[in-house]
Amino acid sequence: MGMASPKTYTNPVYSYQHSPDQDSVTAVHHPVIIVGAGPAGLSAALDLALQGIVSVVLDDNNTVSIGSRAICFSKRTLEICDRFGCAAPMLDKGITWNLGKVFNGDRLIYEFNLLPEQHHKMPAFINLQQYYFEEYMVERAEQFSEIDLRWLHKVTQVQTDDNLAQIEVETQDGKYRMTCDYLLVADGANSPIRAQLGLESSGQVFEDRFLIADVVMQSELPTQRRFWFNPTFHAGQSTLLHRQADNVWRIDFQLGWDANPEEENKPEKILPRIQKMLGEDVEFELEWSSVYTFRCRMMESFIHHRVYFIGDAAHQVSPFGARGANGGIQGVENLTWKLAKVLKKEAPEDLVKTYDVERQQGAKENVLNSSRATDFMTPKNKTSKVFRNEVLNLAEAYPFARSLVNSGRLSVPCVYDGSPLNTEDTDDFPTKIRPGSPAIDAAITSADGKQWLLECLGGRFVAMICVKESNRLSMERLRQQITELMREAEEIDVLLVNATASGEDMLKEGCREISDTKNLIEQRYDLKPGNVYLFRPDQHVCGRWRSFSAGNVIGAMRRALGYELEVR
Amino acid sequence: MGNLNLKPNFSDPDSFYAALTELHRDLDPDQSERINARIILLLANHIGDQDVLLEAMRIATESPE
Ligand SMILES: Cc1cc2nc3c(=O)[nH]c(=O)nc-3n(C[C@H](O)[C@H](O)[C@H](O)COP(=O)(O)OP(=O)(O)OC[C@H]3O[C@@H](n4cnc5c(N)ncnc54)[C@H](O)[C@@H]3O)c2cc1C
Repeated sequence: MGMASPKTYTNPVYSYQHSPDQDSVTAVHHPVIIVGAGPAGLSAALDLALQGIVSVVLDDNNTVSIGSRAICFSKRTLEICDRFGCAAPMLDKGITWNLGKVFNGDRLIYEFNLLPEQHHKMPAFINLQQYYFEEYMVERAEQFSEIDLRWLHKVTQVQTDDNLAQIEVETQDGKYRMTCDYLLVADGANSPIRAQLGLESSGQVFEDRFLIADVVMQSELPTQRRFWFNPTFHAGQSTLLHRQADNVWRIDFQLGWDANPEEENKPEKILPRIQKMLGEDVEFELEWSSVYTFRCRMMESFIHHRVYFIGDAAHQVSPFGARGANGGIQGVENLTWKLAKVLKKEAPEDLVKTYDVERQQGAKENVLNSSRATDFMTPKNKTSKVFRNEVLNLAEAYPFARSLVNSGRLSVPCVYDGSPLNTEDTDDFPTKIRPGSPAIDAAITSADGKQWLLECLGGRFVAMICVKESNRLSMERLRQQITELMREAEEIDVLLVNATASGEDMLKEGCREISDTKNLIEQRYDLKPGNVYLFRPDQHVCGRWRSFSAGNVIGAMRRALGYELEVR
Repeated sequence: MGNLNLKPNFSDPDSFYAALTELHRDLDPDQSERINARIILLLANHIGDQDVLLEAMRIATESPE
């Protein structure tokens, strides 16, 4: 639907490659095939590769996103990309922002600061055009021999039963077939494969239209998210202005349900609209534009036999809150370690089905938040509109009303409360972080040069144990338990926090050691001497105890690996 | 479960009622709707407790016409 093609960006062209699979008489089998090389599909391939799992990625196009689409990438997404090894160019190119301003008419009614806590490696958000985001992922993917990325290979047919998925692929050299143990479908919001399998993604369409325009301009405007309800330059509707890389600015104009999408996407219509907003003397060029009607919907189950839906194919949200790509990548992260464990026969097959349990919860949260923001922007009847406007009118003078103003509740990762993989607390702990939560980062120091806690977690199970100031007796007990843990559970890495001199020999036995020099781990985790946290390979907490016993930790790991799941 | 107070609680019921109706006396329905919305928002925040608010909404919608 894009009209102008970007001026500041040239889409890379990835060439078609003929695969030996195409010459095989019988369908070649792969453990994992991924359909779609968007943010979801690429994340899946990268995370699986890190776990040593080979995959084939098929995309029907030969480039990254045409036009920008997603621009806001959240802290959690950047942390995940950092694990993949591609966050650095994103941070380099992206624009970091913290401040948001909300206007009612032309008056500023309040500001919010995303107030990132100090001492996290990643900022709260960056703004970066989706094509750059994908390009950096592709560059990273090309470094893995585990990833067989095939451009201009279009999947045309999918069949599946409980044992296998079979696909047909169309290329310029003709058709070929493949089979796989797991087919990850990341073919986007309209997912032709979902439709072909007779499955649905259901939810609501918001009766409204939005013009999304990216413009290039040299501007002194500060790097802030600015949102207007009913400004004079666009009376009766809302507008969003946000900065991206390369002096590109994203503008969203709410148009109303009666607007004609084709008319509204004509330059003669768009240019004056933007000029009016920016001011008569501002020079700009239109980079890309499109008119959207937004919807929130999700599949009832993301799993269909051997077919696993990920990203927008599984769940789609309206963009206010930036929960689309961000939520999608978090979903992928949830799936990949489980899939790797199952494929390596290190966990029962049912583990991978908990992807559906945990990410239904995540997707519902994203749908709920995105729907509420969209409803606030597009009230469904007159009374709702009156309430909305009066919230805005009260918000300037009264802080309480600001808490109701909703121009998007920005993406935060889901806490998997109640997940069957959690070992619930038996000891007294604060609940800000809890079983099911993603790890909270913290600046640390370590002998091997790591500076961030999150760099020490992920990929494997990690038991984080605080050993500071323990007396000789408790130290002896701790050493025994650690030795037992390492003997009984090879899958768990032991991470000692603040090991004292007597911890030196534990280090030699294969533990890693970090120092909580700024007491951040103590503050953020309430981690005291003798306490332990167990993290899953996706960095989520799966259990914690005030007193460390190898048996408890191993039990929690087994639960997180799905050994305690009720047989269905 | 919320515990919405349904027993008399006004310090001066007649005066409250008089003030409420007086407020709307010269307003057209659109103005009244806006003022009512503000009053609801102000009071709802004062109450704060989601269970109590939901109980009030439930009783308001279920009460006979
Ligand atoms: C205006 C707008 C603004 C947005 N803003 C944000 C934001 O700020 N933050 C955010 O997180 N999200 C945002 N989103 C959402 C984000 O763009 C999507 O969530 C994201 O692109 C979904 O990624 P995906 O990989 O699931 O699907 P897609 O990006 O749609 O990728 C699907 C891929 O599959 C390929 N494909 C399709 N069919 C086949 C086939 N049969 N065979 C092979 N390949 C196939 C396609 O070519 C494509 O490469 C926004 C969306 C819009 C429209």
